[in-house]
Amino acid sequence: MTLAIVRRTAILLAGVLAASIVVFAFLAVLPGDSAQVALGVNATPELVERTRQEFGLDRPLVAQYLDWMGGVLHGDFGVSYVTREPIGPQLLDRLGVTLWLVGAGMLVALVIAVPLGTVAAVRHRKPSGALVSGLAQLGVAVPAFLAGMILVQVFAVRLGWLPSGGWTPPAHDPVEWLRGLILPAASLGLVQGAVLTRYVRTAVLDVQREDYLRTARAKGLRPYPALLRHGLRNAAVPVVTVLGLQLATLLVGAVVVERVFVLPGLGSMLVDAVAARDLLTVQGIVLVLVVGVLLVNFVVDVLYTLLDPRLRRS
Amino acid sequence: MRARWLAAAIAMILTVPACSAGSTASVGGGAADESTLAVGFTAEPQNFDFTTTDGAAIPQALLYNVYEGLVKLDGRGEIVPLLAESWTVSPDRTSYDFRLRTGVRFSNGAPFTAEDVKFSIERVKTDWTISLKSAMDVVERVEVVDPARVRVVLSRPSNSWLFSMTGRVGAMFSRSGVADLANEPIGTGPYEVASRRRGDSIVLTENPGYWGRRPDYRTVVLKYYDDATALNNALLSNGIDVISQITAPDSVPQFEADTRFHVVQGTTNGEVVLAYNNDRPALRDARVRRALTLAIDRRALLEATWAGRGTLIGSMVPPTDPWYEDLSGYYPHDPERARALLAEAGVRELNLRLRVPNLPYAVSAAQVVASDLSRIGVRVTIQPLDFPAVWLQQVFTDHDYDLSIVSHVEARDITTFGDPDYYWGYDSARVRRLLERADVGTREQQLADMRAVARTLTADAAANWLFLAPNIVVARTEVTGFVRNQVSESFDLTGLRRAEG
Repeated sequence: MTLAIVRRTAILLAGVLAASIVVFAFLAVLPGDSAQVALGVNATPELVERTRQEFGLDRPLVAQYLDWMGGVLHGDFGVSYVTREPIGPQLLDRLGVTLWLVGAGMLVALVIAVPLGTVAAVRHRKPSGALVSGLAQLGVAVPAFLAGMILVQVFAVRLGWLPSGGWTPPAHDPVEWLRGLILPAASLGLVQGAVLTRYVRTAVLDVQREDYLRTARAKGLRPYPALLRHGLRNAAVPVVTVLGLQLATLLVGAVVVERVFVLPGLGSMLVDAVAARDLLTVQGIVLVLVVGVLLVNFVVDVLYTLLDPRLRRS
Repeated sequence: MRARWLAAAIAMILTVPACSAGSTASVGGGAADESTLAVGFTAEPQNFDFTTTDGAAIPQALLYNVYEGLVKLDGRGEIVPLLAESWTVSPDRTSYDFRLRTGVRFSNGAPFTAEDVKFSIERVKTDWTISLKSAMDVVERVEVVDPARVRVVLSRPSNSWLFSMTGRVGAMFSRSGVADLANEPIGTGPYEVASRRRGDSIVLTENPGYWGRRPDYRTVVLKYYDDATALNNALLSNGIDVISQITAPDSVPQFEADTRFHVVQGTTNGEVVLAYNNDRPALRDARVRRALTLAIDRRALLEATWAGRGTLIGSMVPPTDPWYEDLSGYYPHDPERARALLAEAGVRELNLRLRVPNLPYAVSAAQVVASDLSRIGVRVTIQPLDFPAVWLQQVFTDHDYDLSIVSHVEARDITTFGDPDYYWGYDSARVRRLLERADVGTREQQLADMRAVARTLTADAAANWLFLAPNIVVARTEVTGFVRNQVSESFDLTGLRRAEG
């Protein structure tokens, strides 16, 4: 177990290092200059040059990279070229929004997928089961942003039940916060839920064929109680794997959904920072995202051992 | 674990109907409180310091609303008094005597006096970094006559100086209020900045010590939307009360048809220009540029890109500038004559790269341009470039283009044609001389010279002024008092009223 954690941590660090180098190199070759963008069309060439020096953009790329990495190791993400504010606190602020969104999206996905997937498996020979599978297929094909736009048209513009976008911090007004979170979470969660439904269905189908479930049925349990007591935990192992993979997809989906719903999360911050060629901010965001995804994988591995005692020994 | 998920899910489902009942009007704080107004914008200020950060977003939010100058620009393009009650100009037009409004205080409590005027104007030269600061180069000295009178002495007469005082370079700062301009703006205006949420909104609240009329709306929330559809949806779903500027004109009819809203339409300073790189061998011949101009059906182009809602202009002058004259008929759509001109210039084959920002209006205008030009045998390759970064670098800075399309939003930016290094690549000694003379001349001379500049540019086909972008404000019916023509740098909140009923 300890060895595994050490190995995982090493992979995590290597991943972060590789990702940061790739992003740095990528942005360096992209045409466009952050000093020029920050200063706008009226800037004189001298001013652009002076600003480049002030930002340290005139130094060799390796030196810029090492400087940045050194700062990050001390918890300092640098100061944004565009906002002239420290990046760290902004990142934390935006991360909060994205985490709520991804968390709520996941919740919606699970609330949809677990019952529907189970029903689809148990009734897989009946029309209702086929209907659920069919709907899931359809849901998979809908991109999150389209789902978002449709939901806004229906629930915000036509019915006026929920806001069409915007973000209220939960501490500020919990009710408004929740109302604002419902549509974005639903657009993310509906699509992911559809994907997950199919995995849950397959997992439950596999479990149903197991001897121990036949035994459970044989001793008189009805199909659903039998599944609940003996099946779900076993079916959960493959589902958790997919869940981990989906979290990465959710983060990407969140970028798009944040645009549609105008949420001040990491995604919209990333898009703005790339447009402004705000190198340090882009670096910071990507670093956080990479660490996030690697952490999720790590947690998934730990979850396996919790769900399946047999894995603890190996 | 399953039980917890289930409980959370049930809790969530239960709260949906509970909170959707009855509180529809308060979405986003829009109409929640009668004295609160929520205005939607597209470009968000990155910070509050327009002395070191360029761009339209900061002055749009702060000028006239938080910061005030001695003078302001009204919706007809006229210079009117603000912190100066009146002013006189010396006969040689180099000395301006301003009589200041008394009893004015900054939002930090400090009184506004002639010392602050001197401080603010001199500070442009010493502390500002944006290129607009050059507007104050002509100032020789600022003299405090008494606390309510100030004299500005110019090194030569300059008509553009007083005009620039209506913009952000004319903003008055408190000597004790410039410590943290990026985060804490302190001005004399009717509002002060209460809070901001980056990527979301800025909250302005009433400045209790304001000298002028108390604003109808005590709190104004400026909300920022990257996406035009999201902005429209916010108004349709009561999330905001006003759209400051429609960027997707196709959506206007749905607001016009809805009795909850009214649409205010006027002009802007935004000339959408098809730039010809005058410095390219293929485009150096004015006959070729004239041919390209004749070939394009601007009426149809305006229809396709802005739903026909802009104004056709024939030069770099919006109708609100005092020297405006209608030159839009100078080059009627005439492909026949265009082909003849090309033949006369000896052009057999012409391949041009049209490098445009990847913005909706530019890309759709580019398609019309390419198709119109193909009819006179000119092959156009459209290359959309990431805006602003790549476009700024390659087209604007490196002049690596033949044709481009971009909206030029600065006031009186016809003067850019006097700069041979500007990306137009246009160099005319006559235009430069006229521009210089217009700036130092009397009012009559200025008008005559500026008209001559505009006419020369048109005759030279220095560029193709496709159309002037409209100013389209959409608001809830009860919100009135908008400035019809968006010609200042400010989205002026100070005139907004709440109609009764």
